[in-house]
Amino acid sequence: MQRYDVLVVGGGHNGLVTAGYLQRAGLKVAVLEKNGWVGGAATSRELTPGFLYSNCSYVCSLFRPEIMRDLELPRHGLQVVAYEGGAVLTRDGDYLASYRDHDSHRREFARYSKRDAEAYERYARDVTRQCRFIQPLLMRTAPDPFGFRPRDIAELLYLARKFGEFSPGEMAQTLRFWTMSISDFLDEYFETDVIKAYLAISGIIGTALGPMSPGTAYVLLHHYMGEVDGSVGAWGYARGGMGAVTQALASSFLAAGGTIRTDAEVARIFSRGGRTTGVVLESGEEIRAKLVVSNADVKRTFLKLVDEADLPEHFVHRVRHFKMRGSSGKVNIALDSLPEFPALPKGSSCIRGDLHFTDSIERMERAYDDWKAGRWSADPMLDTMIPTTLDPTMTSPGKHFMSCFVQYCPPKVEGRDWTDADRAAFAETVVGQISDYSPGFRDRIVHMEVRTPRELEAEVGLTEGNIFQGELTFDQLLFNRPVPGYAQYRSPIAGLYICGSSTHPGGGVMGAPGRNAAMEILRDLKRSPEKMSNAHDVI
Amino acid sequence: MNALTKPANATDARRAARSHILTPRLETPFHPRLAALDEVNDWYNWAGYKAPHALFDEELEYFAIRSTAALFDISPMVKYRIAGADAERYLNRLTLRDVRKLPVGRVHYTAWCDDDGHVLDDGTLFRLGEQEFRLCCQERHLSWLLDSAFGFTVEIHEETEAIAGVALQGPTSYAVLAEAGFAGVERLKPFDIATFAHDGGTVTISRTGFTGDLGYELFVPRQTALSLWDRLWTAGDGHGIRAIGYAALNRTRIEAGFIVANADFVTAEGALRADRVRLPDEIGLDWLVDPDKPNFNGRRAVLDARRNQTLRHVLVGLEIEGNVPAEHAIVYHRGKREAGLVTAAIWSPTAKRNIAIASLTRPYGTRFVDDLWVEIYAMRELKYQKMMKRAKIVPRPFVKLARRTATPPGLR
Repeated sequence: MQRYDVLVVGGGHNGLVTAGYLQRAGLKVAVLEKNGWVGGAATSRELTPGFLYSNCSYVCSLFRPEIMRDLELPRHGLQVVAYEGGAVLTRDGDYLASYRDHDSHRREFARYSKRDAEAYERYARDVTRQCRFIQPLLMRTAPDPFGFRPRDIAELLYLARKFGEFSPGEMAQTLRFWTMSISDFLDEYFETDVIKAYLAISGIIGTALGPMSPGTAYVLLHHYMGEVDGSVGAWGYARGGMGAVTQALASSFLAAGGTIRTDAEVARIFSRGGRTTGVVLESGEEIRAKLVVSNADVKRTFLKLVDEADLPEHFVHRVRHFKMRGSSGKVNIALDSLPEFPALPKGSSCIRGDLHFTDSIERMERAYDDWKAGRWSADPMLDTMIPTTLDPTMTSPGKHFMSCFVQYCPPKVEGRDWTDADRAAFAETVVGQISDYSPGFRDRIVHMEVRTPRELEAEVGLTEGNIFQGELTFDQLLFNRPVPGYAQYRSPIAGLYICGSSTHPGGGVMGAPGRNAAMEILRDLKRSPEKMSNAHDVI
Repeated sequence: MNALTKPANATDARRAARSHILTPRLETPFHPRLAALDEVNDWYNWAGYKAPHALFDEELEYFAIRSTAALFDISPMVKYRIAGADAERYLNRLTLRDVRKLPVGRVHYTAWCDDDGHVLDDGTLFRLGEQEFRLCCQERHLSWLLDSAFGFTVEIHEETEAIAGVALQGPTSYAVLAEAGFAGVERLKPFDIATFAHDGGTVTISRTGFTGDLGYELFVPRQTALSLWDRLWTAGDGHGIRAIGYAALNRTRIEAGFIVANADFVTAEGALRADRVRLPDEIGLDWLVDPDKPNFNGRRAVLDARRNQTLRHVLVGLEIEGNVPAEHAIVYHRGKREAGLVTAAIWSPTAKRNIAIASLTRPYGTRFVDDLWVEIYAMRELKYQKMMKRAKIVPRPFVKLARRTATPPGLR
């Protein structure tokens, strides 16, 4: 029987980040992945010949540059290419574009409202100020206010000191930011519906809340915190699709001597006397290890893989009530030519960025109403991109891959399980909306991969298909993520750790949870993490 | 856009404006003339406009300002028209100076603050009529201006693109205007405004400028911009008129001791870092604050800071030994204690002195005014030559010219 120091359950990006750091710290690490490929929700698979998809996540910004450097991901093939902007196409045949160029951006907004165009500066400043406060927290373990170890007190003081750098006005703004709805927040800056709708998208993505629900302003912040080469708030495409991120991580891990086993689904995580001893695979094979790190979400880890009898009752209660509601789907489309959007001006860079068709907050909120009733949105909010406009590696010249993130999409349809017919109808809703703005769109379709929460849960392993392994509302952040007292990547079972997006600082292809978990594990092993950079300064 | 193609409604206007992406850098109404005169293709981005850094030679352009007459396109300056029954009361609440003391036909330099007394911008306020004003500034403030208008009967329009502006500066600038037929312009005292007939409409001429020299600023609707330029250019032929770029103008504004928003101080709406914002007294604008006028925005914060002595910075003029400009150099007290930063610096060809504008952290510049030094790193053929040079606080302006204020103005 093989013995390892550490078993990582699940080969998603965070699992691979943890594995990479631990292997480089001299531990013997194996990653156990249930699928025949690694990547979790950051994969690029060829489901139809000649087309590579970004099957789940589709853009890159949040992934921490410190991790890319530590694990030498550029040497293992990772390239992230910034893209240019995007647009919302409006029902009256016009559009609102966003541009990287500051003045083009202002003039575009000024088409709708000169006031909003000039208000954008203040908005961007306020959001950036808040990001500067939160960004340094991403790469630090959240303090445990319930423990009184010197480290926790020091971290709490750090938080207090960070907060103390703010003026009273900014502190008030922070509290408002963490609790407000994105709609109310935007109302304080802008008067134009389509402008608010465009900016609100980041506030609801992956979240089972509507733009008018309190707490969504923070979700926007979470999406603004990324960067591409120091350009804060910028987004990019991973060259080769999002799978390139995890392929580079896997390659780096293997090069450091790590082991990856695919088609190795973990059935149980064993523990004896309150301490983990290893895992048993679905095949019945047992693998022993001193430590087990679960990249699976907190529900899957503690409600499926661990015997609940080994866990404290209140912990189980909190895990069961951790909000991880499925709210989105994904449609990946192979196209034999570039779709046309007659509303967009010829030569516009928008086609190379994010495209949307929801031109008012009200439509977004109505889309959410459908979800509450247990239906997918009849008029969904789409976040679409055609990364092949900038990435020549995903298909052949002239052909394109379109990624459509779809919100809202319930984990169950009116209380019952999804059927294939439901899934086909869901896809039709999406294609129908795009076709309203892109004549002939249907005829260009070569192949589609349609993923409802059912497929996301079955294939990727995300409970209810929640892309963040738990919603990013303030009640589930920092030392409350995922469970108070267990926010430092440890669990009630000695030797069992969690490293996925269920942990601080949360979801998105960021890698910070995986890196922070590795830090805590090495701390417990009293090993120094030589190859782990501190978070870059925010200066 | 002329009357025939003027869109019927807002939706059509919005569609018509789509073409902005074809010109990511706007061209000013004077652009055809600037482009024709341009010899060096040295353009930069001024608030979204293509503007010349230099047109032929920065140094020679500087001497055009100080010796003959220079035309400088100021169209990219952000301009707001503020009108209505409450315009005066509104602007008095918005800005630091007492607008009641600004008569029709006068301009004054002013600034405005947020509630915490931090400067949002500085600019010039033109009183065009009893209830009509134009505010010119560096940054964009429409949402601030509109929010501030709550409760006032006032209309505010952004008119940056619609109004062309050109500065005519230098000792022969009056001679050019006289030659161009603007009779009566000799009566304009500094900060006076008058309107004159031009090309079937009018041109507004103010005796203002950013050079500390004799000079005027002329504003016309964009449609008559080129005819105005041609009128000045023809008239200026015998008076040494030259078109200039920003680099030359910048030298003269430093000599005149003027500050530039987001160069010599960071505007409150632009600052990401809480400690970068500035009260008026911290950037040398204390003289604008009128504590005796009715309430203005930021009043309490500014007066509290004065009373409690919590002002943290001070803006000073420096004269630095030697001849190497100290741009962005650190200022030290006794050669070792960091005291502040130089925000602008040149060798002044007119004063023949090495001058600078610096922001110091109090008590440097207030209690400690002697024994100041600047550390200059001069890159010379891929090697930094590091110098510690003595700096002396001196009053601004560094260059004071009698011709700037002489009325009637001289012809050369």
